[in-house]
Amino acid sequence: MAERCAVVGVGQTHHKKTRDDKSIPGLLREAAQRALDDAEMTYADIDALVIGKAPDAFEGIVQPELFLADALGAAGKPMLRVHTAGSVGGSTFVVGAHLVESRIHERVLAISWEKQSEGNAQWGLAGGRSRGIGAGGAFAPWIRAYIEQTGAPEYIGWQVAVKDRLNALKNPYAHLRIPDITIEKVKESAMLWDPLRFLESCPSSDGACAVVLTDEAGGKKAAKPPAWVEATAVRSELGVFPGRNPVRPQAGVECAHDVYRQAGISVPRQEIDVAELYVPFSWYEPMWLEGHDIAGPGEGWKMVESGDTEITGSFPVNPSGGVLSSNPIGASGMLRFAEAALQVRGLAGEHQVDGARTALAQAYGGGAQYFAMGVLRSQPA
Amino acid sequence: MAGTSDIAIVGFAQTKSVRAAADGEVQLLVPTVAEALERANLDRREVGFTCAGSCDYLTGGPFAFVQNLEAAGAWPPISESHVEMDGAWALYEAWVRLQHGDIDTALVFGSGKSSPSKPHEVWAQQLDPYFLAPLGVDPVTLAGLQARMLLDAGKATELDFAEVAARSRRAAQDNPNAQVSGDFDVDALLKEPYVRAPLRRHDLPPISDGAVAVVLARGDKARQLAERPAWIRGIDHRIEVHQPGMRDLTTSSSTTLAARKAGYDGGPIDVAELSATFSPQEVILREALGLPAGTNVNPSGGALAANPVMATGLIRIVEVAQRIADGDVNRGLAHATGGQVLQHNMVCVMEGE
Repeated sequence: MAERCAVVGVGQTHHKKTRDDKSIPGLLREAAQRALDDAEMTYADIDALVIGKAPDAFEGIVQPELFLADALGAAGKPMLRVHTAGSVGGSTFVVGAHLVESRIHERVLAISWEKQSEGNAQWGLAGGRSRGIGAGGAFAPWIRAYIEQTGAPEYIGWQVAVKDRLNALKNPYAHLRIPDITIEKVKESAMLWDPLRFLESCPSSDGACAVVLTDEAGGKKAAKPPAWVEATAVRSELGVFPGRNPVRPQAGVECAHDVYRQAGISVPRQEIDVAELYVPFSWYEPMWLEGHDIAGPGEGWKMVESGDTEITGSFPVNPSGGVLSSNPIGASGMLRFAEAALQVRGLAGEHQVDGARTALAQAYGGGAQYFAMGVLRSQPA
Repeated sequence: MAGTSDIAIVGFAQTKSVRAAADGEVQLLVPTVAEALERANLDRREVGFTCAGSCDYLTGGPFAFVQNLEAAGAWPPISESHVEMDGAWALYEAWVRLQHGDIDTALVFGSGKSSPSKPHEVWAQQLDPYFLAPLGVDPVTLAGLQARMLLDAGKATELDFAEVAARSRRAAQDNPNAQVSGDFDVDALLKEPYVRAPLRRHDLPPISDGAVAVVLARGDKARQLAERPAWIRGIDHRIEVHQPGMRDLTTSSSTTLAARKAGYDGGPIDVAELSATFSPQEVILREALGLPAGTNVNPSGGALAANPVMATGLIRIVEVAQRIADGDVNRGLAHATGGQVLQHNMVCVMEGE
C-alpha cells in the first residue's frame, strides 16, 4: 500500500517574455522560495530534488540542473532530472510524488523551468534545424481534422482564447495580460497555421514552478491546507505510424482512465470540479475534453460554446489562464498540477473556483504522444 | 536503507562499444532491448514501466530522445518516462516505481553516441554558463586539475594512474564489449606525452557509441524470470556542489554517502565496477568507498575501456549483475557518475540469493 502524498507548498515566478532581471538560478529560486515559504519550510528541510525542463538546447546549457544544484541547496541530496518534452513539468511532479509514495523520501522539492529568452524556442522545437513547422504547424492538421470530424463552428477556438486570457487577468503570475481581448480581435489576428491565429496561440515565456511534496504526516501537519495526490499516471506512444489517431491519442485516453480508476472517478464530467489542461493552442481545450473522455465524441466543443468551461461554469477549465497565457515550456506541465493544487487548497485567490475539491491536472508533449496526468483532492478519498 | 530489497535484475544486454557506430542510436537500442527482454523471458507487452536515459545535446538534436521510443516498442501505449541522465538513473527511477507494488516488471535502457560530435565541446557546455563555460573549461582540463590536486596531496603518483589504465585495458581483453584493450607496459605509457598535464592519453576514456538495456522484476516474478536474479539490496545517489573550486576534488564525499545509504560501508566485496572515466578517479573512488586493497575492480575494463556516455553507468551495473547471474560472484557494487569531476554519484549494491 503506497504512502499518501500531499502538496504542501506551491510557488511560481511571474512569467514574462524576458526575465532579464534574474539569472537562471535566480528564476528558479524565485519559484522555489515561494513554494518553501508556502510550506513554511526551508531548503534544509528538503530530502531530495526532482528537476524538469524541456530540451537543454532551448537555453544552450547541457544538463543545467548540475550547476543549479548549488542554488537549490542540493548538495548531499539526491537529484533527478526528468525530460519528457512538453509534458515534462507534469512528469516531474509525478516522479516527485513517486519518491514520497514509495517511502524513499518524506519531503521532495519538484521544480520545473524554462528561460526561453536565452535561446530560440522555435528553432529548438524544430529539432534544432531551420525551416521548422513549429509546434502549431504540427498540431494544425489534427485540429482541422477535429473540426471536420465534429462539425465544430470556427469560433470555438476564439472563445477558448478569450476565456483563458480573461482568466489570466485574475492570475498575478500570468504572462499575457490582454484586458481588451475580444472574439473579433482574435478572429482578425494574423493566421499562423490554419486555423490557428496569433491570438489563440501560446506565448513564449521565461518562468519556473515549484511544489513541495510530503508524506501523509507532512500533509496532516502542514501550515496550510494540503492538496492530496489521489492519482498520477504517465503514458507514451509512438508519434508516427500508420493507423495512428493523433486527434484522439490512445495514450491520452489510457492515461486518463488510469487516473480516474485510481481516484475512484467513474463520471469525470460530474466528479471533477476543475481541470487544468495543457492547452497551448485554443482548439486543444475541446480536443482534450473529448480525448480524456470528459465529453463524448463531438461534444467537447459544445461545452466550450455553452460556457461550461468558464470559471463560473459547470466544468471550469484553466482558471489560471493556462498555457495560452503563460508558457515556459519546461514549467507549463507542472503549472497545471500546481494550479490544480491551489484550487483544492482554496488558495487560488481571484481565480479560485468556488467549492473546488477535486481537480484534474494534465500535461502533454511531443507529437501529442506523452501524457502526464493527476487527480488532486482537498481530502483523501 | 530506503526501499525494499526484493527488486532484481533479471535480464540485460549491451552493444559492443565502438569509436563510431554505423548504426544510429535507435538502431543500437532496438536489438539491445530485444535481447534483454528475451534473456528475461519477458514479452515487451508485459512490461509494467519503462524508463530511458540519454542526452539530447550529445546527439545534437533537441527531442532526440523521442526517437528512442521505437526501441521501447511504445505501441500499444506504455507507462514510460525519461531522464536526461545516464541510464543508471533511469534504473533508479524504475526501481522507485516498482516500490509501489502495483507492477512487477520494468524495462530500462541507456544510450549515447559520442561519435557525431566533439565531446570536449559538448561537455564544455555542461558547466555553469555564467562563471565557468565562458572560461572555455573543458572536461579533460577539469579532470587534469583534479589529477594535479591528487598528486600534490601525495595521494597518488603518475605511476598509479598508469597502472590503473594498464590494468583496466588488460582486463578488457576478456570483455567482448570493450573498445580499448591490450597489454600495455606501464613504463612505456609513462613516456607518452601529456594531453593535459598530468593526464596522458591512457588516462582518458575512449570516445564511444553504445547502448545497454536492463529488465527489472520484483519478488516472485524475478524468481520466475531468472535462474539467478541479481538482487538490488541498496541503491542511492547524491550530488555535490557544482563549482569545482568549492569542494575537495581529491575525495568523493557523495560516493561515500551514497554507498553508506546503499548499505556498503567499506570492507570485502566480490567485485566493484566503478565509473572512473579518468584513471585518477579510480584512486579517489576506491578510497571514497573504502574498498580493501586487492578488491576486484573493473574486471570489465571499466570506463577506460569503453565510455558510451549515458550508458557507461548502467553498463557498470550490468557487469556486476552478469557476474552474479553467472554464479561467479555473490555480492558486488556498481558506481555511476554524472556531471564532471565526480559531481553526482550513485552506488548500487547487488547480491545473488
